[in-house]
Amino acid sequence: MAVKVAEEWLNACSGCEISIVDLGERLLAVLDLVEFVHIPVLLDHKYYGQLGEGKHINIPEATVGIISGSIRNHEHLEVAEEMRRKCQIIIALGTCATHGGIPALANSYRNQEILDRYYHTETTDKVDEYPSEGIPHLLDSVYALDEKIKVDIYLPGCAPHPDQVFAALAGLLAGELPKLPDRSVCDQCPTVREGKGQVKQLRRFLEAPHYGAPDEPIDKMRCLLEQGFLCMGSVTKAGCGGDKIVPRCIAARVPCRGCYGPVQHDGNQLLQMLNALASNGIDIHSLPDYVSLLRFSGAHKLLRPGHKQKEA
Amino acid sequence: MSRVINIAPITRIEGHASIAIKLDAKGNVADSKVHYQSLRGFEKFIEGKPAEEVPRIVNRICGICPWHHHTASNKAVDLCFGVTVTPAGRKLRELMQIISHGEDKILNFFFLAAPDFVMGPDADYGVRNVIGVAKAAPELATKAVQMRYKAKMILEKFSGKAIHPHAAVAGGFCKPLLEAERQEFLPQIRELLDFSLFTLGFAKAEVFPKYLDAVKVLGVINTGFIGTVDEQGALNVFGGNLRIMKPDGTFVEFDPQNYTDYIGEAVTPFSYGKYPYAKCWNEGFSLDIDNPKGIYRANCLARINVADKMATPRAQAELEEFRAAFGRPAQLTLLYHWARLIEDVYAYERAIELLEDPEITDTNVRAKVEPKAGRGVGCVEAPRGTLIHDYSTDDKGLITRANLIVGTTHNLGPIHMSVHQAARALIKDGEVNEGILNKIEMAVRAYDP
Ligand code: SF4
Ligand code: SF4
Repeated sequence: MAVKVAEEWLNACSGCEISIVDLGERLLAVLDLVEFVHIPVLLDHKYYGQLGEGKHINIPEATVGIISGSIRNHEHLEVAEEMRRKCQIIIALGTCATHGGIPALANSYRNQEILDRYYHTETTDKVDEYPSEGIPHLLDSVYALDEKIKVDIYLPGCAPHPDQVFAALAGLLAGELPKLPDRSVCDQCPTVREGKGQVKQLRRFLEAPHYGAPDEPIDKMRCLLEQGFLCMGSVTKAGCGGDKIVPRCIAARVPCRGCYGPVQHDGNQLLQMLNALASNGIDIHSLPDYVSLLRFSGAHKLLRPGHKQKEA
Repeated sequence: MSRVINIAPITRIEGHASIAIKLDAKGNVADSKVHYQSLRGFEKFIEGKPAEEVPRIVNRICGICPWHHHTASNKAVDLCFGVTVTPAGRKLRELMQIISHGEDKILNFFFLAAPDFVMGPDADYGVRNVIGVAKAAPELATKAVQMRYKAKMILEKFSGKAIHPHAAVAGGFCKPLLEAERQEFLPQIRELLDFSLFTLGFAKAEVFPKYLDAVKVLGVINTGFIGTVDEQGALNVFGGNLRIMKPDGTFVEFDPQNYTDYIGEAVTPFSYGKYPYAKCWNEGFSLDIDNPKGIYRANCLARINVADKMATPRAQAELEEFRAAFGRPAQLTLLYHWARLIEDVYAYERAIELLEDPEITDTNVRAKVEPKAGRGVGCVEAPRGTLIHDYSTDDKGLITRANLIVGTTHNLGPIHMSVHQAARALIKDGEVNEGILNKIEMAVRAYDP
């Protein structure tokens, strides 16, 4: 018997769903072993019945429920709660679901400030009232899933690597609860570290790091933080390289920005990174903005209105 | 007795939307609305961020077209900082963007749209999906999955991340393309081109003729169009001038830096999304399908309509055939699917041209950049339509103001109208079934939102 799976996207960009689709041929194998009972990106199952006649959101029962995206409005909350009722195991897929993700940068502002900007750009017609008819009201903040429902498995990543999505699904089908180890991006980074860098002031990523000839392998390049670039590898959960392991930004010689969220689920990337900078002898005042250290993990009340630039 | 039918969520699309159809006492359509439910506020929360970081933030607007946001954003940042991108950097950006254009079309055609055509719109929802397609046509499905994976792996292998890339940087690209990589990718892209030609041939022989009736009636509206062309008037997704075409085929052409003179955005009470319209027509905005005002469409059909020609030979031959059959501008909504597959051919022809260009392996990929105060409008064509990223920076190079108009947004008005048209034509005397409701959704899916 195929395992029943339900999938939902809340305050999501669909990148997490694309990671599922990007399993390649493995997707066809997965589709043989799981029975999707609800997944809006692929399947036409509807909340209110197939003829739109129902009154309440209804999602079929499933063994596994996968949810991407954070909880931003009342409908997200209803859907998340319905998924929790109907699914035995809830997987939070992607950093939006586990830590708020990029959209949680909105938590630095009150909703009114966001609406005021969005409906008053230089191309927007003047309006007396903001839209409200037939659309779900915003919650006061962007919430990670576990702030509102119980989560059983966390699979962060923005987007999670398809290799990991596959490993998790394969594990579940074999009856194991998958978990990513608590290691950091640095633990999987092959660059050369010499201990302390000589740099006191951070360099913005406006120039290329040094790495010799273009075909020089990545394990000959000096650590980007030691070169003076802000790289968040030490405060970010490992795994983005998938089965090939090398962190994906580093592979392109670009510093890590923390998209897998903190190493430990309840870690605070901002505080940890300020520590890491200080212990590398880097002046933390050379950071152009602090909020960006919570770029992916601003839910769990870490970012709040008023908590804006340079106010860490 | 009047009633409301809730199609929620709209499925097999990328976004978050629902449809509410109000029936009158006789069971005919009194009103219909498409509600867009998400509002994230990127315009607000990128304020204060260093501009060079923004292309790595706004790519999260969409997980299907992150490369396009990434590219448009980088262009805006370049302009704010007054930097000229090196030629190789520019070509690498275009290469990655165009490969991504191609894989998106495979996704759209086979995963999102094909179930309606292969299984038929009346099939049960349990089989009317990609799993059903995989069972009905296993070889085709396997091939489609493999091809898309191949394209994604080229993106990942060369640039690190296929979804939410970080590889384009202010001033150019993060690293050069090695000769060995070029030799590895070229045959793969040629295979993708073959597949795009096969797909179009298959669709023209097996899919479109069967549904020509549906094409002629479903979601049909009359609108203008927007798209980007190069100096020769050929379709270009990486950049050039914008054209806004009237329903009668006449058009204006302008530099995207001046977009605010041509485009306005209306707000409706029933949707978080805003509704861009052609301000330059001076007729205002109305979604009334019998008397629309200011309405133009974006995405592949629009691009193919506004362009005089395609810049590559096979795509041009396909365009000629298409135009001979449907004219210019072609208005039928379901022709988006056809136009999409023509663009797929263009995407891989163009990718091959870029890979065969000796300059693509030049190692000078990134110009040095100094942060400064400025303003820049970055514009590219995403699969779902014209992307406009407009930023201003202060003297430290931090963002002070941003305005974003994203691809699907241009089509929100047209989608609303197409849904209304389809609902009015299909729902009579209270007769509603799953097949009818799915056909109404097909009018949405054509736009690939
Ligand atoms: S975690 Fe990243 S990929 Fe997933 S929904 Fe959020 S922004 Fe998109
Ligand atoms: S290197 Fe860092 S930012 Fe880049 S993909 Fe990995 S975890 Fe994400």
